[in-house]
Amino acid sequence: MDLLRFTTAGSVDDGKSTLIGRLLYDSRAIHQDQYEAIERASAVQGNGAINLALLTDGLRAEREQGITIDVAYRYFSTPQRKFIIADTPGHIQYTRNMVTGASTAELAIILIDARNGVLQQSRRHGFIASLLQIPHILVAINKMDLVGYSEEAYREIVADYREFVQRVDIDDVVFIPISALEGDNVVEQSDRMDWYRGPTILHHLETVKVGEGRNVVDFRFPVQYVLRPNQNFRGYAGRVVSGSIAPGEDIVVLPSGQESRVHSIVSMENDIQRARAGDSVVITVEDDIDIGRGEMIVRRRNQPQITRSIDADICWMSEQPMKTNRRWILQHTTRNVQAVVGNVIYRMNIDTLHRETADTFGLNDIGRIEFELADPLFVDAYRVNRETGSFILIDPDTNNTVAAGMIRGAAQHVPPVGRVTVMERPVSPGVVWDDLYIPREERERRQGHQAAVIWMTGLSGSGKSTIARALEKRLFEQGVRTMSIDGDHVRHGLCGDLSFSEADRTENIRRVSETARLFFEQGSITICALVSPYRQDRAYPRHIIPEGNFLEVHVDCDLDICKDRDPKGLYRKALDDEILDFTGISAPYEPPENPELLLQTHALSVEECVDRIVAMLVTQGIIQDIP
Amino acid sequence: MRETAAQFEQPCLMFSGGKDSLVMVHLARKAFWPAPIPFPLLHVDTGHNFPETLELRDRLVKKIGAKLIVRTVQESIDRGRVKEEEGPNASRNMLQITTLLDALKELKADSALGGARRDEEKARAKERFFSHRDRFGQWDPRNQRPELWHIFNGRRHPGEHFRIFPLSNWTELDVWEYILMQSIEIPSMYFSHEREIVERDGVLLAKCDYISLLDGETWKRETIRFRTVGDMTCTGAIRSTAATLEEIIEEVASARVTERGARADDMRSEAAMEDRKRQGYF
Repeated sequence: MDLLRFTTAGSVDDGKSTLIGRLLYDSRAIHQDQYEAIERASAVQGNGAINLALLTDGLRAEREQGITIDVAYRYFSTPQRKFIIADTPGHIQYTRNMVTGASTAELAIILIDARNGVLQQSRRHGFIASLLQIPHILVAINKMDLVGYSEEAYREIVADYREFVQRVDIDDVVFIPISALEGDNVVEQSDRMDWYRGPTILHHLETVKVGEGRNVVDFRFPVQYVLRPNQNFRGYAGRVVSGSIAPGEDIVVLPSGQESRVHSIVSMENDIQRARAGDSVVITVEDDIDIGRGEMIVRRRNQPQITRSIDADICWMSEQPMKTNRRWILQHTTRNVQAVVGNVIYRMNIDTLHRETADTFGLNDIGRIEFELADPLFVDAYRVNRETGSFILIDPDTNNTVAAGMIRGAAQHVPPVGRVTVMERPVSPGVVWDDLYIPREERERRQGHQAAVIWMTGLSGSGKSTIARALEKRLFEQGVRTMSIDGDHVRHGLCGDLSFSEADRTENIRRVSETARLFFEQGSITICALVSPYRQDRAYPRHIIPEGNFLEVHVDCDLDICKDRDPKGLYRKALDDEILDFTGISAPYEPPENPELLLQTHALSVEECVDRIVAMLVTQGIIQDIP
Repeated sequence: MRETAAQFEQPCLMFSGGKDSLVMVHLARKAFWPAPIPFPLLHVDTGHNFPETLELRDRLVKKIGAKLIVRTVQESIDRGRVKEEEGPNASRNMLQITTLLDALKELKADSALGGARRDEEKARAKERFFSHRDRFGQWDPRNQRPELWHIFNGRRHPGEHFRIFPLSNWTELDVWEYILMQSIEIPSMYFSHEREIVERDGVLLAKCDYISLLDGETWKRETIRFRTVGDMTCTGAIRSTAATLEEIIEEVASARVTERGARADDMRSEAAMEDRKRQGYF
């Protein structure tokens, strides 16, 4: 009979424990004495009805606090399948528990309370499921009884969540409207939601394809233990973590690179013809070579990456924050190596999915780190091989497991997000910046004016885009070569993958700056209109454009007037919390200290502003006086 | 089990003679075959064992050439380490804890393999495969290491040890099906037979020297079998006619009471198991 391991995520209030209780109860997995025990406990707690949630809230401390504090495992079976549930609390503090439960799961049930819709927490659970590469997601929209079994409410949540799912790496997602309390669509099809024709929760659990997460191609055999009962026998015990192997096949041992051939695969009963992923076996090889625990047997023509530095996503699981200057023990398959943090690439804000600058990781933080290793590891990317793509970090002082890691691959040495300071521009390896064949000066001579970058910064609604358009029109009419880059426009294409987090804004500025530089080198007066709220970010274009040709214009306007203008309705959305990190409302704006020009648009007309910029260009010697 | 042998210096396998520990011994043989099991079996004997269990234990140990170490609660009582409970419900179940911890210390064991499963009881649902115990053998539910994928962290400081539960994810039914599939010999009391019993607080206790009748109680002869074989003073039987493994599997699959439900020690309080575990029980 096959086995499905699944994890459940949701907070106490979403009715997660009730759902599990309902699954166990309706599928007859609850024994009479357990039922009587919760009947007694329900009476003690005075909840009136039988509280199915008590079946799963195991430890006394939790019951007293009314919350679950750790991953609890439940077992039940139906005539179709056996099930192992990793029941994880969904509270914000319990990211680590969900990561633990998700590490061995093939399916995740994410609970959403139909009354509340898609909360940050629901997104967080989806993100963790995608990070851990759980193949199947089941979104249970619970408490349908409290929204009158409304199809509309259900559809709205489905649409919201689908929109989110497209942004993360999830292949299979199924939505089911349920009431765990009343039992609708959990085990029995509900007759109160005749508009829903999909499967019940249990039916989906019984029929979803299992085993898809397992890698059956790449043979990997980390040696666990060496068996040497006598001089004539030397066997290597371990689990085939992926792929398969048979006697007679050529193998190579890592890290030594010694080659040999599988002689036999032995077991107490008989010799085995082929060992497959998941089998614990003993392998003997033809040549007399010495292999120890922590080494890996693979096929000659299919080897993992052998590397002394890795990029990995980690989830920090310790109360003690990560110290970047110390040594950790990294346990990967049966191998332990010492590891140091080479680089914190970013920390993920899992509520907004923004990548942020970070120096350290605290409990439940998730992000990407480059590790340097004292000895090589034999790794595959986590997305192709969970077994050889995962590791834990151990604190050598306390011996505690402090982090879970998912390997992206050998380190790419990418610079940390938000740390692209003016002095450390990323340089693509192997690319040389040759001078252009036609230097800018030649172009400037022919067109009769110099190139420049006019950088207009200011709050949304301050008038940057309006001024930029009018300015470009005026210059174009005078035969000046121009180009304008609008902050909103690049967000649709060039920077469509970026969010409005601090780190992504920095990247946005970098890309716009580099684009402006290309136009600058081509001879254009390039007008950039971007909110660009951070001083440090604006230092970037100033650094890459020659002095005198970079002109920062502060388009200044009173915040209240910007709010009133609100040309795109963005302030209203920001005030309604529909947009997060909105400059001026929920994110800061740092005005320039010494702009080349200050335009106070609450006091000046558009024409007056354009006049002043043109005057500045003339003063700077960039263009001739315009009659 | 291989992970235990690889990561620890001095493991031992907790052996009670019950079906779970017989499965454990079988798995250990397979894990290290053709080599012998690389650690001893440790039996903490309450002195209240079913004779069938001891007979099978000795026969098995001889057959597979394993090393068996027996430590008895009686010795602990004689040495004044513990005091015998009194009264009609007296049980040596709590006393085993001291004997066990003393034995582990004496053997310098840094890990003890046990056959406990997470489906047995609610407090066990959160138990780890590698369960950390402090210097005093105590289990702190809030201070257990997260276990991810198939990676087990057995690093420890001197004096600390681990309880290791390879059967964590098995259910009672899995155990029975494995016993059938692998033809593992188990003590005869697991099968239906006639025996003198007394019914006390809903638990059927077998007649033996260690149980005295209360007022109004009488020994009755009934057709029963045991679902667990612990200490005779607290292991309850069930009325059953299941005389073969196939019949037992059928009975377990349709059972209405969990196997621990027949144990008087768990009914003492709702969090009884959790309390015992904190003190060092399995």
